[in-house]
Amino acid sequence: MIELGKYAGTVLAAYGASLLLLVGITVQTLLANARARRELQEHERRG
Amino acid sequence: MSIWEYANPVKFMRSSGAVLPWVAAGAGLCTVAGLVWGFLTPEDYKQGSTVKIIFLHVPAALMAINIWLMMLVTSLVWLIRRHHVSALAAKAAAPIGAVMTLIALITGAIWGQPMWGTWWEWDPRLTSFLILFLFYLGYMALWEAVENPDSAADLTGVLCLVGSVFALLSRYAVNFWNQGLHQGASLSMAPGERMSAIYRYPLYLSMLGFFLLFLALVLVRTRTEIRRRRLAALLARENRA
Amino acid sequence: MKALLIRDLRLATRSGGGFGLALAFFLIVCTLVPFGVGPEGGTLSRIAPGILWVGALLSCLLSLDRIFALDFDDGSLDLLATAPLPLEGTVAIKALAHWLVTGLPLALSAPVFGLLLHLPGPAYPWLVASLVLGTPALSMLGAFGAAVTVGLRRGGLLLSLLVLPLYVPTLIFGAEAVRRGAAGADPGTPLVFLAAITAATLALAPFAAAAALRVNLR
Repeated sequence: MIELGKYAGTVLAAYGASLLLLVGITVQTLLANARARRELQEHERRG
Repeated sequence: MSIWEYANPVKFMRSSGAVLPWVAAGAGLCTVAGLVWGFLTPEDYKQGSTVKIIFLHVPAALMAINIWLMMLVTSLVWLIRRHHVSALAAKAAAPIGAVMTLIALITGAIWGQPMWGTWWEWDPRLTSFLILFLFYLGYMALWEAVENPDSAADLTGVLCLVGSVFALLSRYAVNFWNQGLHQGASLSMAPGERMSAIYRYPLYLSMLGFFLLFLALVLVRTRTEIRRRRLAALLARENRA
Repeated sequence: MKALLIRDLRLATRSGGGFGLALAFFLIVCTLVPFGVGPEGGTLSRIAPGILWVGALLSCLLSLDRIFALDFDDGSLDLLATAPLPLEGTVAIKALAHWLVTGLPLALSAPVFGLLLHLPGPAYPWLVASLVLGTPALSMLGAFGAAVTVGLRRGGLLLSLLVLPLYVPTLIFGAEAVRRGAAGADPGTPLVFLAAITAATLALAPFAAAAALRVNLR
């Protein structure tokens, strides 16, 4: 790939941590939204 | 309390729903493109490949601050004009801001390790971000602690106001604090220096990507909050009936 | 106004009121630190200004939730809110009572604790001066935090999370003033900033606190 030289660990750690956090909050956001939508629909269907 | 009857939330749900796919696509595109482009840039003669961290660190740090400013504005709109969607948008934005702050802190620390030889340095900028992180946590904790939604919105709104004043004040105090102790220590990170075009354009792209990502996330989260409130209102009405 | 002040002071100083608790806590903190960092005099005298200030800060934090909690629970806060005295004034009086019972004794007794921590000689007057100038801000900001969290279960921990970041500027300038005094340098600049923060806080925080109280009294 491209050479990262002696700082490879550093750069990869930084990218890894950041991507983990970004993906994490995105996933949590989407899951919470899906759940809220589902619960509301169930309730409106029942009511 | 039935907010669904108000025009605002309905219009918000409709317009945000229409806009969301585009924003999300743009976010994905710009973020990925910006980060990959940045990853492929050549090494900096001074900092080696760690300069690539800038494409994460700077966008995250900028968003961390801008999200707090957005929360300040939406809190004011709620306190003055009582638009529920505004209050919920502030609530929705906070966790995103906290994550951005955390990314800025972590990438700052990781970047700092080879540069300064230590995982953490009480550099004024990093320290200010740590304080900002605490403000985000406190804000989120208060939303969770107060039962009545309108009271929670009011209290967190006031907290956001007071917090903003003190965040600004802390910035100056921390600058004073660090300079007072370490005269002449140059612990500033690269962004102070002029940046060559090789780095500037991927950086702009990443910044745009992070912004669009925030926009997409905050829209989705606000929609979630609106739905949750709607359900709570319906349940409350049924319990009373 | 004076009646409210005297009432609050009397409440705080009677047995079970918590008076003296702050001083005791201050003592405990100053005792714990040498256990943590070692008894070596050089180390202690270098960190003494910071420890003394952080200790004072934490001691102030202890009694903050009492500012409004008792009156909130038995309904007197509702009465105070509808009294002719504006709520902002009530908040200010209560913060003053808190300061008289907590901050001021801490400031005056701090030199004794400075001895425990090998605080350098020239620093002592600046220690007292900075604490006298800074602790009113701590009480006032604490009152704001107490107003926001009054009536919440386990509000104490949340109160700390909300209030401690607000204390940072006061802490920075207060400790720096003592440090400069200890080194024999002129502590004027940090003291001026400290006084400015306190003055601004005393002027503005009552309004924020009163707003929060009104929300919680609804």
